[in-house]
Amino acid sequence: MPLPDVIVVGAGIVGAACADACARRGLRVEVLDAHGIGGGATAAGMGHIVVMDDSEAQFALTRYSQQLWQALVRDLPRSVEYTASGTIWVADDDPTTAAEMDEVRRKHAYYAARGVATEILDPRGLAAAEPNLRAPLSGGLLVPGDAVVYPPCAARFLLERNAIKVTLAPPVTNLSSLRAGHVVNAAGAGAGALTPGLPIRPRKGHLVITDRYPGWLHHQLVELGYLKSAHSHDGDSVAFNAQPRATGQILIGSSRQFDAEHTTVDHALLARMLRRAALYMPALPSLSALRVWTGFRAATPDSLPLIGPWSENVLLATGHEGLGITTSLATGELIADHITATPSAIPPEPYLPHRFSNGHALQH
Amino acid sequence: MAMRFNINGTPLEVPDGHSLAAEALAHGIPTRRSVSGESRGPLCGMGVCFECRATVDGVAHQLACQTFAGIPAAPGASIATDLLIIGAGPAGLAAAAAASANGVSVTMADDNPTPGGQIWRGNNPPIANGVQFLPLTRVVDAPQPGELIATRTGAIVRLHYKRLLLATGARERFLPFPGWTLPHVLGAGGLQALVKAGLPIAKKRIVIAGTGPLLVAVAAYMRDHGASIVALCDQASASAQAKFLTQLPFSKWGQGISLARSLRGVRPRAGTWPVAAGLGSVAFNDGRTVSCDYLAVGYHLVPNTELAQLLGCATQNGFVVVNDRQQTTVADVYCAGEPTAIGGIDLAQAEGEIAGLAIAGAAAPRALLDRRDQFRRFAERLARVTELRPELRRLPQPETIICRCEDVTQSQLAGASGTRSEAAQGLPPMNNWRAAKLHTRCGMGPCQGRTCAPALEFLYGFAPPPPRPPIFPAPIATLEESLP
Repeated sequence: MPLPDVIVVGAGIVGAACADACARRGLRVEVLDAHGIGGGATAAGMGHIVVMDDSEAQFALTRYSQQLWQALVRDLPRSVEYTASGTIWVADDDPTTAAEMDEVRRKHAYYAARGVATEILDPRGLAAAEPNLRAPLSGGLLVPGDAVVYPPCAARFLLERNAIKVTLAPPVTNLSSLRAGHVVNAAGAGAGALTPGLPIRPRKGHLVITDRYPGWLHHQLVELGYLKSAHSHDGDSVAFNAQPRATGQILIGSSRQFDAEHTTVDHALLARMLRRAALYMPALPSLSALRVWTGFRAATPDSLPLIGPWSENVLLATGHEGLGITTSLATGELIADHITATPSAIPPEPYLPHRFSNGHALQH
Repeated sequence: MAMRFNINGTPLEVPDGHSLAAEALAHGIPTRRSVSGESRGPLCGMGVCFECRATVDGVAHQLACQTFAGIPAAPGASIATDLLIIGAGPAGLAAAAAASANGVSVTMADDNPTPGGQIWRGNNPPIANGVQFLPLTRVVDAPQPGELIATRTGAIVRLHYKRLLLATGARERFLPFPGWTLPHVLGAGGLQALVKAGLPIAKKRIVIAGTGPLLVAVAAYMRDHGASIVALCDQASASAQAKFLTQLPFSKWGQGISLARSLRGVRPRAGTWPVAAGLGSVAFNDGRTVSCDYLAVGYHLVPNTELAQLLGCATQNGFVVVNDRQQTTVADVYCAGEPTAIGGIDLAQAEGEIAGLAIAGAAAPRALLDRRDQFRRFAERLARVTELRPELRRLPQPETIICRCEDVTQSQLAGASGTRSEAAQGLPPMNNWRAAKLHTRCGMGPCQGRTCAPALEFLYGFAPPPPRPPIFPAPIATLEESLP
């Protein structure tokens, strides 16, 4: 058997997307993961495909990736549950955050300037769009192009459609033992254990899912203050985030916690997160919760992923924090572009891992 | 007296003491429509399978089998006690009596409306003087040591304890076969629970099948209530059953003789099991088909260990590990009855009494310890006679639903059994519980795998999942309870 051109370590959504992109370019690809397909952050995350505006680089990557998802829609099997539910960024009516509608208008202009259609909702429009939100709220920004998927089945689909060989065992402990033209470290929050020296910190999150309440929620709702929580790098934070699943279930987040090693539920943080959600949706506490789970995001200091060459034949595709489902497809393209020496659709520089190594490669 | 409920838009009069599930089944009203559109009714009768959840008086996802007429809703509460007992069956009652007789303050919670557990359901056994009993109280979470969160008729109850005894009993094991999701197919204990909750059974033709001594007890009960037992079948071979009977402890003989008297004229069939159910009929492995009004089928019992596991108690082969004093591996948490071994009422009572005495700091008499040992040996023999024969793994057909909450079929899970061609294509088989769950939704529903996980363990060898909070579906408000 000839050596594979590419071995991807990690069968999460990012690893699957890298494998898929490489296979579509005619490369021989294999995937290794001891934890099964989509078993890490891919299983734990919400599956929100969202265009973000917190930096030009983040916008470019999320927008590119969203378009790749949209191009894929007609091929996706039903199990992937792609639903074009859109996002509503919800503006609080708290007088101390009275500027939130200004932020809505700023966001609207930002997206409009970059070709993303959005719609400003006034209090009445917001209440009509989501009757279970507390009224009155100041309004919100509807981003209709955003969507929701079920990530484990999306990862499975990407691997399945190219009949990519996936090996579950044994766990990979040393990348240099892998014989291939290129090795892609797509091990998410576990990437640092395989490639020492990465600026990646696991960031724990909690999610709660309810029983089925069809029609109770229509759009993915995110509080406008979400980025404050996402970007705060000290202390634990929570933000209101609620998602309608294709099943009619409601998925509720979010929490962010550094330096939490165990998967156990942190009841105090969970309570904070749910109280935050109840501030926005007063009927939420009466819904029946089926499960709570936790997961670990791979966070980087600048909230941008690590995509590109690292050392010898090793490439990185990790550090996607809470945006891995959205940005997986673009990540795959950037990795495949590098391996096949093809120009990329967006500038790859902002995501290159060596931005953290003072211009010269770290030695291991 | 009766109460008027509205179930899924249909008004229904329910006599006091009856459950809404029993009344709905009696009137042929389905409790829910499944994900794939099947009409469903209750299966377990005891709040575990979630097939009876319905929109009751406008509130979605209410368990009809736990909704009783004539029981007023209780308010939320915060209760502190020295000894908290979860489960008011034989083990819990025995422990409560022993502990309170030795000066310990005891609170006992149970998710049923009356004490007695499954075996004494409806008998209203006495509770020792001074013991506080919390009916319809279901523990859903353990936010911190010394505290449990429970729900009670929609309200939240916080329970603070110094010592905890888990007497959480067991549930039936169900195996999927074609037709097992039809509304007239129930658990054996499930049908009995519904009859005790008001389901009329007189003159009904009933098939009772599965495995274990519960089947005989259920058959006798049904017959005493006027039903016609058209078949009583156990998958165990005649020789295995004969061996078990000759080794019965002396104290069980009286029970056996009275059951035999109730079942005069019914010929139990060994080595026989249902292979398919249709509307009003059931086909057996020996090729016979009989018609019936209800098929009651249960393959012995599965211990309820979710709360023990949530608290961090070690388990072995599916049972909670305890020492001679019924203490688990977690300090101040004790366990008695079926979660430690399926040994029936005698073992449960002995273990409960030993636990109660240990918690009170009193010595257990030698005779009591001997009795426990005797019935532990009985539990081992019971495990052997109820061992499932491998042919039962072939019961589900490709279209047979395995996970009833999410309507996941055998063919969707087929990767698990290695028959799916994708193994050859490159993808590994779904060879464990988590992979099957993530990729098929098996076990993602409100029963949290209580029904399908024991089946998947038998069918494919998947280890059941560790429990996560909440251990039963509960209003989100219960999860907000950790902050003052």
